[in-house]
Amino acid sequence: MKQFDELSLLDIVDEVKDGDLVGIPADYSGVPMKFTKELIKRGVRDLKLYCLPLTTIQGDMLIGSGCVSEIEAAAVTLGEFGLAPRFSEAVEAGHILIKDSTCPALHAQLQATEKSVPFMPLRGVIGSDIQKYRKDWQVIENPMKSSGNKNEPILLLPAVKLDVLIFHAPCVDRNGNVQIGRRRELATLAHASKNVFVTTEQILDIDLFDDELSAATCLPALYIDGISVVKNGAWPCALPGVYGADNDEIKKYSIAAKTQKGFEDYMKTFLFN
Amino acid sequence: MIELKREEILISQLADLLVNDKHIAVGAASPIPGAAALLAKEEAKIQNNRLRVTILHSNKYNNFTDGARELFDCAAQGRIDTFFLGGVQIDGQANINLVGTGSYENIQKRFPGSFGSALMYFVVPQIILFREEHSPRTLVNKVDFISAPGFSDENIYRPGGPKFLLTNRALFKFNKQKKCFCLLKIHNNESLENIIKLTGFKFDVDDKITNMSIPNKTRIDILRNKISYMVSEFYPEFSDKIWGI
Repeated sequence: MKQFDELSLLDIVDEVKDGDLVGIPADYSGVPMKFTKELIKRGVRDLKLYCLPLTTIQGDMLIGSGCVSEIEAAAVTLGEFGLAPRFSEAVEAGHILIKDSTCPALHAQLQATEKSVPFMPLRGVIGSDIQKYRKDWQVIENPMKSSGNKNEPILLLPAVKLDVLIFHAPCVDRNGNVQIGRRRELATLAHASKNVFVTTEQILDIDLFDDELSAATCLPALYIDGISVVKNGAWPCALPGVYGADNDEIKKYSIAAKTQKGFEDYMKTFLFN
Repeated sequence: MIELKREEILISQLADLLVNDKHIAVGAASPIPGAAALLAKEEAKIQNNRLRVTILHSNKYNNFTDGARELFDCAAQGRIDTFFLGGVQIDGQANINLVGTGSYENIQKRFPGSFGSALMYFVVPQIILFREEHSPRTLVNKVDFISAPGFSDENIYRPGGPKFLLTNRALFKFNKQKKCFCLLKIHNNESLENIIKLTGFKFDVDDKITNMSIPNKTRIDILRNKISYMVSEFYPEFSDKIWGI
């Protein structure tokens, strides 16, 4: 018996419900763009994006398409190609709620869920306006006598559990183990998510656990709820170690998306060609 | 005389600030700091010194294997000597704003966000603030939003903080005791009067104020013949613009 569920891309799209808290990988860790395309076509609404720790074109497209009501992130940007225009405009107009955070806090909130503890402490951040506007964060005095500094104020962050995570990976083995390489933040995301779906370039008839080298690059199948083979599934984003970003396309998007009209014209071609 | 790009002078100026480091990390949207760190590493190699550089947005020049959180854990452990931060606005007390302008609840112009600044600014001993645009709208009296504060109360754990601020016109050093910047160097084509006019905050002026140093031919050769190609791996748009690579 096959050790995992091979699904169609549309099966995975159906697993995302309106209102879900969705894990969003950064541009360097396997952005599931073909999946995002189909999700937008289905007209999903009211998504809450949890970015680890940032998003680029994926988040901007979802926001511009009206799929998002809330986003928690350390940054939304098109990197070398400038601001994420649909995000910026949506925040300026008050159309979406932004929960401003900072990279290590986004990691720590998921790490709390990984360990099944209610919160995680973090140094730094105190005295910033990020902290000031995050009413869900708390500061306590270090209660430990034998570690840290006496009377030191320390920030506590709540554990966050995601409803669903989708990312794109280079390959999966015959048992459904997913190669993530050094992109270990994908493991953090997966450990903290109720459901995890993976799109991949290929399924290989090997066992990644046969070799210590490849075993260390895996996210084990036990965390995965379904896999779909989707060729070139991260385009125009990069899939590290497999293909680079299509910078011409991202640049094209960055120019078109400066206005809602330009964005809509771009998306017609992007979604249906 | 070799004709130099303004970016090359900035890279060279930053590299001068990195000579005592053992490990430099470079974050998002930082082609000039990235090039400076690699240049410092190359020059350290010639001197038979070991200098590590971790460039987050590169596959090749990234020393981490434990995911994106490792940068922050590594920095908190005190294993990173220098990191670079920018800002939509930077104020005279070295507070930085990467979020936007206007009041937060009714934001006028929204920028990407704070990235990892709210931890890195606290734990990395030498933070170099780098913002190319030197104008009253970037260097302000008071930032509209504090992504990370320039200094903290005594009881806050804070081994790190601002050391320098570099713009395309000037280099400032941050005075932690006085909580203000001191002007050290200005670009060759600049006057002190103009710097005062274009800076939205008050600052001290060093007694020995000089012009920014011009890189010598050896350094320029390394930069153009080697570093430029390395940078093109992770900032292709920048390398193309500056060096046509």
